Amino acid sequence: MKRKNSLLALIGRIEGLPVVGVLLLLYVIFLITAPRVFTRPLIYMSFLQTISPPLVLGLGLTLIITAGEIDLSFPAVTALAGFAFSWCFKNLQMPWSPWIGAALALVAGALAGYINGLLVAKIRVPSIMATLATQFFWYGITILIAGGLQLNIKEVEETAIHTLLTGRIPTPLTFGDTVFEIPAQAVWGLGLAVFLWFILNRHKFGEAIMFIGDNPNVARVMGINVEMTRIKLFTLMGVIAAFAGLLLTIEINVFFPTQGQGYMLNTMAAVFIGGTLISGGQGSIVGTLFGSYIIGSLQAGVVATGVTSYWVQSVMGFIMAAAVAINVMIGEGQIGRLSARIRHWVVPARLLATGEPEKDDTSS
Amino acid sequence: MAEAPVQPYAGRMVDIEKYFGPVCALKNVNLDIGRNEIVGLIGDNGAGKSTLIKIITGVFPPTSGELYVAGRKVNFKKYSVKQAHAHGIETVYQDKSLGEKQVLWRNFFIGRQITLPFGFINVKKEKEVANEIMLNTIGFRGEGITVDSKVSALSGGERQGVAIGRAMHFEAELIILDEPTTALSLKEVRKVLNFVHKIKEGGKACIYISHSIQDVYEISDRFIILDRGEIVASILKEDISLKALDEFLLEYAHGLKDKEES
Repeated sequence: MKRKNSLLALIGRIEGLPVVGVLLLLYVIFLITAPRVFTRPLIYMSFLQTISPPLVLGLGLTLIITAGEIDLSFPAVTALAGFAFSWCFKNLQMPWSPWIGAALALVAGALAGYINGLLVAKIRVPSIMATLATQFFWYGITILIAGGLQLNIKEVEETAIHTLLTGRIPTPLTFGDTVFEIPAQAVWGLGLAVFLWFILNRHKFGEAIMFIGDNPNVARVMGINVEMTRIKLFTLMGVIAAFAGLLLTIEINVFFPTQGQGYMLNTMAAVFIGGTLISGGQGSIVGTLFGSYIIGSLQAGVVATGVTSYWVQSVMGFIMAAAVAINVMIGEGQIGRLSARIRHWVVPARLLATGEPEKDDTSS
Repeated sequence: MAEAPVQPYAGRMVDIEKYFGPVCALKNVNLDIGRNEIVGLIGDNGAGKSTLIKIITGVFPPTSGELYVAGRKVNFKKYSVKQAHAHGIETVYQDKSLGEKQVLWRNFFIGRQITLPFGFINVKKEKEVANEIMLNTIGFRGEGITVDSKVSALSGGERQGVAIGRAMHFEAELIILDEPTTALSLKEVRKVLNFVHKIKEGGKACIYISHSIQDVYEISDRFIILDRGEIVASILKEDISLKALDEFLLEYAHGLKDKEES
């Protein structure tokens, strides 16, 4: 009993382990139900590509939610950044135009994020309202300047920035005649995850984020500049959203004004599956990394198994509820009680057989 | 132990007055707190206890008067909570001192991290020092609490212990405990009082504010009784028994003292 408890506690302590378990289980299920798709490399290469922009967004959102805030404006910022890049690329016919476009996109993202930060930290508008408003605002501005039209930037494929952000990295792995290639954006996503993990867990800025999300009054009493941290955090989120916009636009070679709209709920789902608490104070970058892959794999995976795609949302809802429930239980230290309960489910038959009275020795 | 007492007081207030508009909150307050003295601050609600504390901790300045902290006269134009921290004044509140979902080692160093270059935290070092504080400064032993425990796993008394230990580690000269035992069970109150004894042993000063006369009596060296913004009595522990102190306070509460004097 004691050993089992400590084992479960250990599992709970390794960051993101339950999410990794869910992801593996998911792939095992897919391998069984859709072996023709999932034993070939193509689907994985496609996942690495399509999941990267929402992953990048989710990583930034993890910090925001850990600080006890929310950002609803990031889909609009990805569109704004995508437009800024595409417009520069199309209209500035100079050798450096892709780089200028990328820089402009990131600056636009920083500006949008900074405005969110000012609204939240200085004017004290609750972040859900402030970013809901800026979400409409930036989509409106983007559609307005773009004239509601999409921009085709096919020529971007010839540029170095395309190779850098969304190129294909060959690996020695081959399956039949397909070479397994890693999309560069997957490497960017992973790199950003590593970077933000260190920021959140090993840097003063991250510690400030956690304490502010936990209790802003405590943070203030302990000498943290709460306002400044919030402004910096929203600005960072703006830059990250813009970066996701670049990855998306450059990969698909086209900007369209409603770009990013589908990311809002999926990204949030990924963050919460990963174990970041909606109440703030605790966030898991590792959880978001794998949570994003769970959410991103579900759609294609469920479709590949042959059942109707209407199932996707129900399955997603189920996984999300289960994952969040487990995370809440781990977070509240209910793991001891949970393991005791599991034992009760497993053991009663034996107890009945030996006639041992079901004495409650739940060790806590 | 006593190596050249630089300054006999941890804190000193001279003729402090505080008005909120026309309302007088503190009147003619003169108060010295010795370098290794535990002062119990007693007074009814509205007596001016929290106003007094907020002036010392830099939340707001007094209307007039002087404050000396760590041997230096405080310039109220520059004085702030952060400045008070720098001068070695730490306040422990009932529930505003720790981040509940955070691990203990982070709570010890928040705002004053041991850092590597570029603002990264030296986790190994912080954990070592935190462990040292827990074992030696506050004396947490066994009980299954480690530096990796979250504050939410600690009892109310243990939390106060962590906050007090943190204050002592950062060389606080004067630790102010603002109602630290409100809403704690008797057993937990016991723990907090033991931590306060550690402050005394550690050679630091403390202002202890509580409604419980028994607790104040046990740990204090001296009692300061505030009534309607004025210090009405400063009594050494050896000069009064708990019963006498209790009666003294009751008389004040019923206004008997006023009648006798008039």
